[in-house]
Amino acid sequence: MSEKSIISPENLVYEKTGVMTDKVLHYCPGCGHGTAHRILAEAIDELGIQGDTIGVAPVGCSVLAYYYFDVDMQEAAHGRAPAVATGIKRVMPEKYVFTYQGDGDLAAIGTAETIHACNRGENILVVFINNGIYGMTGGQMAPTTLPGMKSSTSPFGRDVSTMGNPLKITELVAQLPGTYFVTRQSVHVPANVRKAKRAIKKALEYQKLNRGTCFVEIVSNCPYGWKMTPVESNKWMEENMFPFYPLGDIKVPEK
Amino acid sequence: MKELRLMKGNEALAEAAIRAGADAYFGYPITPQSEVIEYLMRENPAKRTGMQVLQAESEVAAINMVYGAAACGKRAMTSSSSPGISLKMEGLSYIAGAELPCVVVNVVRGGPGLGTIQPSQSDYFQAVKGGGHGDYKLIVLAPATVQESVDFVKLGFELAFKYRNPVMILSDGIIGQMMEKVELFEQMERSSEEYEWATVGKKEGRDSVIVTSLQLQSEEQEKVNLRLQAKYREVEKNEVRFETYECEDAEYLFIAFGSCARITRKAMEMARAKGIKAGLFRPQTLYPYPYDEVNRLASQVKGILSVEMNAGQMVEDVRLAVSGKVPVKHFGRFGGMIPSPDEILEALEQKIIGG
Repeated sequence: MSEKSIISPENLVYEKTGVMTDKVLHYCPGCGHGTAHRILAEAIDELGIQGDTIGVAPVGCSVLAYYYFDVDMQEAAHGRAPAVATGIKRVMPEKYVFTYQGDGDLAAIGTAETIHACNRGENILVVFINNGIYGMTGGQMAPTTLPGMKSSTSPFGRDVSTMGNPLKITELVAQLPGTYFVTRQSVHVPANVRKAKRAIKKALEYQKLNRGTCFVEIVSNCPYGWKMTPVESNKWMEENMFPFYPLGDIKVPEK
Repeated sequence: MKELRLMKGNEALAEAAIRAGADAYFGYPITPQSEVIEYLMRENPAKRTGMQVLQAESEVAAINMVYGAAACGKRAMTSSSSPGISLKMEGLSYIAGAELPCVVVNVVRGGPGLGTIQPSQSDYFQAVKGGGHGDYKLIVLAPATVQESVDFVKLGFELAFKYRNPVMILSDGIIGQMMEKVELFEQMERSSEEYEWATVGKKEGRDSVIVTSLQLQSEEQEKVNLRLQAKYREVEKNEVRFETYECEDAEYLFIAFGSCARITRKAMEMARAKGIKAGLFRPQTLYPYPYDEVNRLASQVKGILSVEMNAGQMVEDVRLAVSGKVPVKHFGRFGGMIPSPDEILEALEQKIIGG
């Protein structure tokens, strides 16, 4: 049996989706971004909407996301992706529009844009990667950094009395009438990857309904920023991030 | 077909946007330009032409919505007044860097800070010299009448798409708020053109389109800058616009733009009545600035007075143009004060003729 004959659809051989380019990802070893990219690209692929999708990349670790998704993409200023996506969707209402943003981009500098896009119920998908740290700039405190968690700008741990509390923005946007589907997922083990992908796919499908913003948070790790090995970081995430940011659907469409 | 109307400057701008076939307007209220978005909401252009109008949560959001729509190849516009324009500077730098076309209106009010809601021209530097970060240029059109406000919206979109560059219409609180007779151009169709640089959805057989102002490699970012600079040289060659009044035999020259040029024209006529051979030069484009034309006139006159509603901003460009040939002085009122023709004439007599 030749290698070629083994690679056939009925044998369920894994193939890289064509919605991801062949560019080598710049992400650190063990980082969740690569998996998050892949499931979003696969969802676009499986829905057959590659030619009808316009993405918006943020500022942060995923600033170069447009190199990896083989769809038309725009690079937004820091925090402004939901406003940029609003501009796109308002003039191209028939397209599928998504933003891909980290916690600093979405929940600190872009809080106003996030809340107001969700509150208007813009028919876009917001993919929110929450790893509780600014990875790109070198591990500074993020709006989602846990109490007591160390970072380069909270070297003795986040003191909530002076540095404020972590912002649960996903719970916050779920309160807004403009959001249609709000969920929190992770991509650190295969079962959760599949769940997260289902959530993203559903969110993209909902976009056709014009019922409002779909918001998918993915709680992720940052081995480099957390100063841990990839394995340690996933364990730390399970033990510390998940209790504070519990996984699961927060707002599901009414039947 | 000629369509004449009596219209407020801000409302005329809004009507011109609809007629120019704009696809979208994103704005945020601020005095003295709120009539732009009010008029658009009232007119409901979605029904007239399909144009989308949205009141954003901030000027920051509005300019980024413009970015998103412009990157789809659509005709997008926003407007604001000075403090709001400061907030748009980040977005404008990105739009210039990503080479996107759009029209941005600044109905200038006095500053700095929250300043005043009265008319001013104190955002000249911000409009012409940068304002945002990086080496970029806005094409800057300065209307002096409600009619020009209308015409410059149409011209603005033409230039924005010709050069894939943001265009600023530098109006002010006088022109925005005054009512004048205006001839409206006929309704233009919204364009359905799909530009090769625009994100419209990846087509079979072509690479995906990426709209970005980021190049992490210095060599690449320098190439972007060189391309931008080459474009700006083209703009400077092709797009200089100005008007002259009684300059043929002028011995003294006023230079003024926008509403201030109209007040200065009266001062020029009063000077003529007194036997002073004065002329007026009015730049319609502040970038590109008519350096060559001002330089030629400098060979003919004895002195030049730059009249501005600011503390002396355009006068720097006049001095660059004149290059020391004759004395150049500035006369200005600021903080929302408007100069009278009498004081402008007095300034000419004291600073230039007697100076």
